[in-house]
Amino acid sequence: MKFRMKLLAAASAVAFAASMGLGMAPEAKADGHAIKVGIILGFTGPIESLTPGMAASAELAMKEVTDSGKLLGGKALVPVRADSTCVDSAAATAAAERLITSDSVAAIMGADCSGVTTSIANNTAVPNGVVMVSPSATSPALSSIEDKGFFFRTAPSDARQGQVLADVLKSRGISNVAVTYTNNDYGKGLAESFIAAFKASGGTVEMNAAHEDGKGDYSAEVGALAASGSAHLVVLGYLDQGGKGIIQTSLDTGAFDAFVLADGMIGQSLIDSIGAGLNGAIGTLPGSESEGAKMFLNVASAGGVDGDGPFRAESYDAAALIALAIQAGGSADRSSIQANMLAVANAPGEQILPGQLGKALQILADGGEVDYQGATNVELIGPGEAAGSYKELEVMGGAFKTIKVH
Amino acid sequence: MTDFLDAIVLLTNYVLVPGVAYGSQLALGALGVTLIYGILRFANFAHGDMMAFGTMVVILITWWFQSIGFSIAPLPVALVALPIGIAAAIVMSLGTDRLVYRFYRRRRSPSVIYILTSIGVMFVMNGIVRFIIGPDDQRFSDGARFIIKAREFKQATGLHEGLAIKLSQGITVLVTLIVVVALFRFLHKSRTGKAMRAYSDNEDLALLSGVSPERVVFVAWVIAAALAAIAGTLYGLDKSFKPFTYFQLLLPIFASAIVGGIGNPLGAVVGGFIIAFSEMTITYAYKKFLRYLLPDSWAPDSLVQFLTTDYKFAISFIILVVVLLVRPTGIFRGRT
Repeated sequence: MKFRMKLLAAASAVAFAASMGLGMAPEAKADGHAIKVGIILGFTGPIESLTPGMAASAELAMKEVTDSGKLLGGKALVPVRADSTCVDSAAATAAAERLITSDSVAAIMGADCSGVTTSIANNTAVPNGVVMVSPSATSPALSSIEDKGFFFRTAPSDARQGQVLADVLKSRGISNVAVTYTNNDYGKGLAESFIAAFKASGGTVEMNAAHEDGKGDYSAEVGALAASGSAHLVVLGYLDQGGKGIIQTSLDTGAFDAFVLADGMIGQSLIDSIGAGLNGAIGTLPGSESEGAKMFLNVASAGGVDGDGPFRAESYDAAALIALAIQAGGSADRSSIQANMLAVANAPGEQILPGQLGKALQILADGGEVDYQGATNVELIGPGEAAGSYKELEVMGGAFKTIKVH
Repeated sequence: MTDFLDAIVLLTNYVLVPGVAYGSQLALGALGVTLIYGILRFANFAHGDMMAFGTMVVILITWWFQSIGFSIAPLPVALVALPIGIAAAIVMSLGTDRLVYRFYRRRRSPSVIYILTSIGVMFVMNGIVRFIIGPDDQRFSDGARFIIKAREFKQATGLHEGLAIKLSQGITVLVTLIVVVALFRFLHKSRTGKAMRAYSDNEDLALLSGVSPERVVFVAWVIAAALAAIAGTLYGLDKSFKPFTYFQLLLPIFASAIVGGIGNPLGAVVGGFIIAFSEMTITYAYKKFLRYLLPDSWAPDSLVQFLTTDYKFAISFIILVVVLLVRPTGIFRGRT
């Protein structure tokens, strides 16, 4: 009996090894033709509802590149996903370390939230010389990290949004506001840039106070803000968190009835839960109504992805830039990708929109130049970040309407 | 004169009205904590999560009512669901007592064991609530929102400042009043209530007089669970329901019970209002209030805010520490 068991075990082990071997063979062969690209986003955590759409958009761009058969003479781009958690820097760094050392990715699309993006860049990506392209980290602080040219982002810095928001208020003749921001990297950075820009254009900030997310009661915060005597409240927070609580309490107590919102506050769910009290609120949101944006929606729906969501267009562009940089340098070598990022993103060269990646690869293969526009009018400025265009929105009749694009 | 009235209305709107509602909610929570302390002689850390559990049941029942179209507008339908939530909380707390606390009671364990046990119970209940309803914000209020609206008040009185009173704030104060009066009548008039007070004052003497300890403990858990469910539901109706917020409420609730004198029901009620008004008055910015009262040349430019609202929880903590240092028995001479 014992003998038979052993025999059985041995036989199954042989069978297993054989099947593994058979399985390995084509895989190993494909490896020579495949270039791995890491996708590190917060698949768990506070923005887990946004990340599946972002990852799908990035993978869509990679599939487009692979299907064209023109990348370095027919190589495939293989996405490798990892979880940034959005908030846990240690977990995010470990996940990125795995991508870089054990998966040997050529470059990384990600990360998403500003805090984890900073720690991945500082701790693993930059020391290992791996390019990171973040689609959604917007903290102004990321403009000045020691990135040795390896960190890029297709989302504009909030320093720009602060300026746009201040311009919008000035154009509407609003010169006296109270500001409340969510107490994290995003809120603090945006509040600082907005206040600096607003003061520079002659405005007065009567009060600037942080609020914590996830509290049950914001009456004390609103009471203090109301004491400022301003008529307009600038809310730089999150629409399903403290930002909503602040607006609801302001309306309940009659403290404010005119609101100014930044991108974290823009979403139909805010209007649905607050109701008519939000009519007349103004806001800014990254994005444009360009040719590229429309083409991206078509490309996405053809690929079975819903392109109409936060940071999806930026994710597509981030992945596309990596592919074009590989082609431009003629190699999936990490430093060659870094050296060619700015060249493919900016002029001169033929303008490339979503869905034209195959054409772009062909131009590069023929020794030509491209100026990738993509879904978000990509133009990398300064330390490798998007210049960014913003929509000016106003709540009218229960929906956000685009007034114009800045 | 209108300046003076404006100043009064301003303070009423931002400090007095929310303070009274918040104080009532804390008072109900602190009553439950103090009752368990008086009878079972330990600080029940699971009380905040018991509030969350009771409220969760109320929310689930409320959603069911809303889905079948049942409503008692303008009042929130959660009030009809409240008795069911109370019943569920009572079953939960008696079950916990059977499963956990009775074991230590029979072994006559020291009170520090109970405290640690209640922390364990807290984590379990924490997990149950999150498992069933999730960690997110839940809304369950319906019916009318306001008794007085800020804009209508302004139009009616012609003042610059508005006064808003939410229906949930009115309900909170009314329900608290009823519950507190009923509880005090029970403790002072009924036989069981007297037995409980005797047991709390001197356990051995009460036992000699024929008070049944199991019965006293049973009633204490029933009342504490009912108070927890009511306090939790009122807080959720007035603000919002989120399991983590209820866990955080433990600090102001314990501060209320200790300031008033832990073990003393009257102290718990007074303590609730003291903590609520300390938080509100210290973090309020008085700039606008003073501008109404003072002549223009004296009007302050700064916000006149003693502490920013970030420090709200720190205030209950400071009060807690100061009371324990200066007068450990609390205002009404509870236990030390």
